Amino acid sequence: MSVEQAASFAFTPENEAEADKIVGRYPAGRQASAVLALLDIAQRQCGGWLPRAAMDHVAKRLSMAPIRVYEVVTFYEMFYDRPRGTHEVRVCTTTPCWLRGSADLVKTCEAELGIRVGETTEDGQYSLSEFECLGACVNAPIVWIDDDYYEDLDSEKLKAVLDAFRRGETPKPGSQSGRQTSAPAPGPTTLTAKTAKEAR
Amino acid sequence: MLHDKDRIFTNLYGIHDWRLDGARSRGDWDDTGAILAKGREWIVEEIKQSGLRGRGGAGFPAGMKWSFMPKEVDEKRPHYLVVNADESEPGTCKDRDIIRHDPHKLVEGSLVAGFAMGAHTAFIYIRGEFVREAQVLQAAVDEAYEAGLLGKDACGSGWAMDVVVHRGAGAYICGEETAMLESLEGKKGQPRIKPPFPAAMGLYGCPTTINNVETIAVAPTICRRGASWFAGFGRENNTGTKVFCISGHVNNPCNVEEEMSIPLKELVEKHAGGVRGGWNNLKAVIPGGASVPLLPKSTCDSVLMDFDALREVRSGLGTAAVIVMDKSTDVVAAIARLSKFYMHESCGQCTPCREGTGWMWRVMERLVRGDAEIAEIDALLDVTKQVEGHTICALGDAAAWPIQGLVRHFRDEIEQRIIDRKTHSRIQAA
Repeated sequence: MSVEQAASFAFTPENEAEADKIVGRYPAGRQASAVLALLDIAQRQCGGWLPRAAMDHVAKRLSMAPIRVYEVVTFYEMFYDRPRGTHEVRVCTTTPCWLRGSADLVKTCEAELGIRVGETTEDGQYSLSEFECLGACVNAPIVWIDDDYYEDLDSEKLKAVLDAFRRGETPKPGSQSGRQTSAPAPGPTTLTAKTAKEAR
Repeated sequence: MLHDKDRIFTNLYGIHDWRLDGARSRGDWDDTGAILAKGREWIVEEIKQSGLRGRGGAGFPAGMKWSFMPKEVDEKRPHYLVVNADESEPGTCKDRDIIRHDPHKLVEGSLVAGFAMGAHTAFIYIRGEFVREAQVLQAAVDEAYEAGLLGKDACGSGWAMDVVVHRGAGAYICGEETAMLESLEGKKGQPRIKPPFPAAMGLYGCPTTINNVETIAVAPTICRRGASWFAGFGRENNTGTKVFCISGHVNNPCNVEEEMSIPLKELVEKHAGGVRGGWNNLKAVIPGGASVPLLPKSTCDSVLMDFDALREVRSGLGTAAVIVMDKSTDVVAAIARLSKFYMHESCGQCTPCREGTGWMWRVMERLVRGDAEIAEIDALLDVTKQVEGHTICALGDAAAWPIQGLVRHFRDEIEQRIIDRKTHSRIQAA
């Protein structure tokens, strides 16, 4: 499948400054270390994917052979070399989330968005994918939308989150069951005024 | 039982302010300069005496690891500390809480540990998915620079220390220490052959030590409260406190800091509200993240949560991520999903892993349906042995062990499924 490619790419002035700052954190001559960070900035600037011109720009900026940048882009899961939806909806389906019902969440996403895993909605708003362990397993199951985790989900709660996005809102991330981050739902068993008193 | 006064991560749940003022009120950055003034050897010795073993999975003694760094720093080959915050082991989500709720413990630890190994730079490699967590960590680092806790004269010690937050981009394999170095250098995250070990030739070819977030974050508290305080928790050779992640079929999944060597049953019942449907509804537990073999209920009844106790039952503490499965679980499917994970995350460098993980997953998928011959169970086991120990890094082992554990403890169930399917198709044919 051929992809319509932009003829050229340049960072915006703000992104250029951010890129400079990041490159400056690495030792002289080791600027290639900034490749992941610069690709992330470029991808955000390009609406969620990396046209060839952007990769080439990053390669030139970091004095890397373009092929080295292309192989980085294809190796890491968070980079895309094809256009994506405005919103990335990524359902964690690894065992800890699966044990807590992630298969239902995949079905809910497919039904609500009208697409299958791996597809993008026709209006270009949502891309749906399955992701490997997102590392928030005690708040499983989890869906990662854009930059935020939505946790402690079930189909109903996920539907509410997606509805909010469709109304143009950004729903509050984190636990959707209302608990304090990773503490036990009925309340912490440690680190409370009560347990501190017992300790004394 | 561990009391709150002996918990290190006093803001584990993010109830309090994570910023510098809040962190200081909880004792972080309290005269860190005095710790540094005691010198490199003192810190390394204190960590050795505390018995701290690496919290990232392998459990290697941290003080000993630090002592592998060259004593003298060659100006042309600076030392580096790399903090592994690429938390991706299925079941594990402890470093995330440390980073987003107690980031200053990690930043301060990076200074203390970096100083102890003669490093002026620490890179914290955080998984790309943790976008918000990386923002918090960067803000904490910025605060530390502004307050003079990092920089040219960190904490007034005369030691220059830089801490760099480096975001990954979605690759489990980058949690492997040498893959992490490759990734830090701007390459694909494919593990390196050892030796040379990173302490001799690591990041940019310079002496490097890689430690897990939790290992680094507990170091300042150990230095403050003393090695013997830390060593007072847990059993010999398995000392200290530990953040456990309890997920799966429990009533209240949670993270909690407890004493090392706590019985598994007590951990689950005291903090996670017990197994869904009661302890007798337990089928199996993966006690240390996806890479370690599961344990049947009979073992879970009495096993202790530490490195040696879990090794004795042919599993491991790993990252202390406890994945609980009740009797409703299709345990074959649960492990098959892990096989898919390893297939997806194999970097493709070594043939046994690249080909083997896919092969094992495909057989596992057939075992889930019972669509196999009984002899294939042994063939699968044989392949796990062909992969295990025959790859550059431990991902091959990690892909093999869960399957070996499944067959060891649930072979009857796999065989029954095959027999049932055969019987069923014979009845249909008749």
